[in-house]
Parts: sequence; structure tokens; C-alpha cells
Amino acid sequence: MIEVEQLTKYYGFLPAISDLSFSIGQGEVVGFLGPNGAGKTTTLKILTCFLPLTSGKARVNGWDVSRNSLKVREQLGYLPESVPLYTEMTVERFLSFAAQAKGMGTREIKPSIEKAIDDCGLQKVRGRIIGHLSKGFKQRLGLAQALLNNPPVLILDEPTIGLDPAQVVEIRALIRSLGQERTIILSSHILPEVSQTCQRVIIINRGRIVAIDTVSNLTAQIQTSRKVHLTIQGPGEEVLKALKLHPGVLKTEEKTGDGPGKYLVEMDKDQDIRADLARSIIGQGWGLLEMGSQELSLEEVFVQLVTEEPGDTV
Amino acid sequence: MKGFKAVFKREMYAFFASPVFYVVGTIFLILSGYFFYTSTAYFSLISFQAAQNPYAGQQVNLNEMVVKPLFDDLSIILLLIVPLLTMRLLAEEKKNGTIELLLTYPVRELAVLLGKYLATLLVIVLLLAFTAVNIFVISRFGVVDWGPVLSGYSGMVLMAAGFVSLGLFTSALTQNQIVAAILGFGALLMFWIIGWIGSVSGPGIGQVVNYLSMLEHLEPFTKGVLDSRDIMYYFNFSLFFIFLTLRYLDSQKIRG
Repeated sequence: MIEVEQLTKYYGFLPAISDLSFSIGQGEVVGFLGPNGAGKTTTLKILTCFLPLTSGKARVNGWDVSRNSLKVREQLGYLPESVPLYTEMTVERFLSFAAQAKGMGTREIKPSIEKAIDDCGLQKVRGRIIGHLSKGFKQRLGLAQALLNNPPVLILDEPTIGLDPAQVVEIRALIRSLGQERTIILSSHILPEVSQTCQRVIIINRGRIVAIDTVSNLTAQIQTSRKVHLTIQGPGEEVLKALKLHPGVLKTEEKTGDGPGKYLVEMDKDQDIRADLARSIIGQGWGLLEMGSQELSLEEVFVQLVTEEPGDTV
Repeated sequence: MKGFKAVFKREMYAFFASPVFYVVGTIFLILSGYFFYTSTAYFSLISFQAAQNPYAGQQVNLNEMVVKPLFDDLSIILLLIVPLLTMRLLAEEKKNGTIELLLTYPVRELAVLLGKYLATLLVIVLLLAFTAVNIFVISRFGVVDWGPVLSGYSGMVLMAAGFVSLGLFTSALTQNQIVAAILGFGALLMFWIIGWIGSVSGPGIGQVVNYLSMLEHLEPFTKGVLDSRDIMYYFNFSLFFIFLTLRYLDSQKIRG
């Protein structure tokens, strides 16, 4: 659906992105991550044909962004980061304009607007002037216009910014359901959102790709040790000492707090000693109340990947 | 052309939803009404005097004394108000970022520009149509030759078309609407008075600047003369600035 080969973009003599290559298949929801100025928005603007590329190739649904710009734009639904809208128009009139601009037939327009209004929860404000809407409703309207022509590819730049927590949950669920039959690129700074909605992530830094993989694979690659958290009912000092001396344990940490003792135990990621550890605790006559793996969060993966990147890449 | 109709309709809506149009339209109609009133009052004074002097009466002509001055005055008012109507066209889209939304829809840039251009021109034609009421009123009390009236209005529309194309171009140059309006007004005034240096420069340059002058090409229309050279001048003028706007938007994309 989306194929990018050695994509490069220069602003004057300054490279914004260099040699980006990735491909995204049908029905895939991919997160696009990177620190500010990494080149995310530039890449999205090239894919939406708003900016021309300097070199390389980018194809959307088989259409080249440089040669078949109109065809590419027919395949797209795009929500820009700043959610630009015509504030003097009413919600319905704006959606009607967007549908016409997208080349939809007269008969398709009305049902398509109704569906977008329903999907994005805009019923209450359909007759209101956009300039009078709250940030959350503007964000939803931006998403609604992107969905109008039922595009096979959706490019969403920060789709949940400005929404309240309940709306965020709704919109994430909507994105997940849309992703079942569409290709979605989702650029976001909210990393839990990416890990919840996306099957894969593309992390870019200083205009270059740092990693492309699923969140779990990236975590596994980066994680040097396995972390297990335990809640044990027993004499604190003795428990801590026993954990430290247990074969295979690299590091032990006691967490402060009320109630039974909470411990974080670090072990070699290739050597799973959880069963041994559990047996040993129970064997001592202590109560093992809780035991669970603690995975690296996407934030930790992201920070590690971005800070590991050598400084001379640009 | 894909997207033209949608952009045209949106622009028309934007004009009628904006207070700028109503303020500018009101000022235009008040000023044109005032100028018409002064010409008519002067004409009535002269005709009253002519009634006592039959020889002078032969020179009293409604078209010469009321209709032609009305067109001359309208052209000056248009020079002032068109930049105020065009300043919003692209500068506002650039400032609000809606240009990104618009140009990522499957529409051609030319369709976007033509949609905006023709919507603005239609709004000006509407304003001009209101001024025709003045001429209908005096036609009830005197003899109006309708040929020069029609050619005069054709000249007004063609000239306004040229004004709008230049205004569209200056609106593409900046995000600031005031700057766009000032640039537009300055450039239009330059094209208006460029013929003035024709009389003091050599014959070669004089011919060129006279050809470039908008005023020179408007004169025949107000006298009732439809010359294809004047029509082509305004046509090419509009085409040139629409083309320039298109190229400018492209060059901006390349620079990012």
C-alpha cells in the first residue's frame, strides 16, 4: 500500500530526511515516531503530495507521489497536525465541501457525511460554526473529513491531541477498527497510544530510520535483562538476602511502601529462573502473593533508540 | 476541472459569511452613488442653462456627462476595493494552514486558483450590477445610449478581472492579509499610472508603457469602442498573473 525507497528531502542545503525506506501493507496500522525535527511531518507531507521529494521514490497504492499526484491524493485521508479548518463554515457545510473537493458523487455525499458524523461523534455540533467548537470537536471534525471518501490509506498526524480521556478511548477504538481494512500511518508523541493502536512502529531520528518493528520485538531486542516484580509476605531482610543470593539473579531492589514487601528482581534475559525463584520462596514458608514480568515501555525503547543514534548521521 | 466547483462554492460562501465583503460592498455603493449624484446634479445644472441657450444645448449629452464619468469613477473605486477583496484569498489559507488541507485533496492547483479567482470576480460583477440601477434611473428622465453603457460595463468587468488576478498573486506572496492588500494596491496603482512617464520618455519606451497602462486600455470601453486589442490586453493580463501565482505556489513547495 505504501512503499518508500531511499526517500530524501533537502530544504536548501539542509537534509530533512535521508534515505528513508519502508513499506506498509494493507490493513496495517503503523506508528510513526521520532523526536521533534526528526522528519516525521516532512515524510507525511511528501506522502500526501504537499511537498515534493528531492530524491528516491514514494508510492501509495501503486501510484507514484511525483508522477501521479492526483491519483495518490484520491487514495488518501489526511489529518494534518494543526487540524486546519475553515472556521467560518458550519460542520455540515465543511464536510460537504470536503466531500465535493474529494470528487465524490452527489448521491454518495450525504450518506458519507452522515457516517463520518456518526463515527466521530459530531451529531451534537453538526449545525454549529466551526470557529465556536472546542478543540476536541475540531479534532474530531479533522478526523471526519479524512474519513469522508472512505480512503484506503489514512495518514493521521497526532489524531488524539486535545481530546478528553473518554474521547481518546473512542477515537483509538475507531482507529483500530478502521485499521482492519485500511492502511494507517499514525504519527504521535503519545507512546502508549502507539503501542495500543499500532502493529508496527517506525522510529526516525535526524531524518533517518532508527528502527522498524513491532513494539514487542523492539522491546526484546533492546532489553538486556528480564525484570520480574514480586510481592512476598515474609521477613523483609531475610527475603531480600535470599533473593540476592539466588543463582541467576543479577540485581535485587526492594520497593518501599505499606503492606507486604515488593521487590524488583533482574535476571539474565536468556535464563528464565522464575519457576526456581517461586519454588524457593514457597519452600522458605513465605507467601508469594504476586509475580509478574516487567516489560520495557515504548518510552524506554524510544529513548534508548533515539539516544543511541550516533551524532554524525546528518 | 476537478475541484473547481467545490472551491468556487466555498469562496462564494466565505465572501458572504465575511463582514469584510459587506463593509467593502457598502463603501463601494455609497461612493459610486455619491459620484453618480454629483455628475447628475452637474448635468441637470448644465441642461437647465442649456435650455436658455439652444446652441449650447447641442453639446449636452447624458452619456458624455453622466455615464462616462460614472465609469471613470467606478474604475478608481475598484482600484481601491479590489485589493481588500482579494487579500484574503491565499494569505488566509496560508496563515490558517488550510492550504495544506486543500492541496492534499485530489484537486488541481489551477482549479483552486480559478475557483477563487472567478468567485471574487463574480462578487465584483454583483457589486457593479447594483450600480446599473443608477443608469436605469436616469434613463427614465433622459435619453441614454445603451451601446456605450454595455461596452463600459464590459470594460469594468475586464478591468476587474485583471485587478483580481494581480490581487490573487499578491495574496499568494504573504500570510499577512494587510501586506497582501498593500502590495496589491501598490502594484495596481503602478499599472494604472505607468502611462504617465510615456509623455516624457522616448517614443519606444513611451509606446511600451502606454501599452502596459490599464487606464489607456479602459478609455475606449467608456467611449463605447470595443477594440480586440484592449480585450486581449486585459485577458492576457489576467492570464499572466494567474500563471505567475501558479508558478509561485510551485516554487514555494520546492523550497518547503
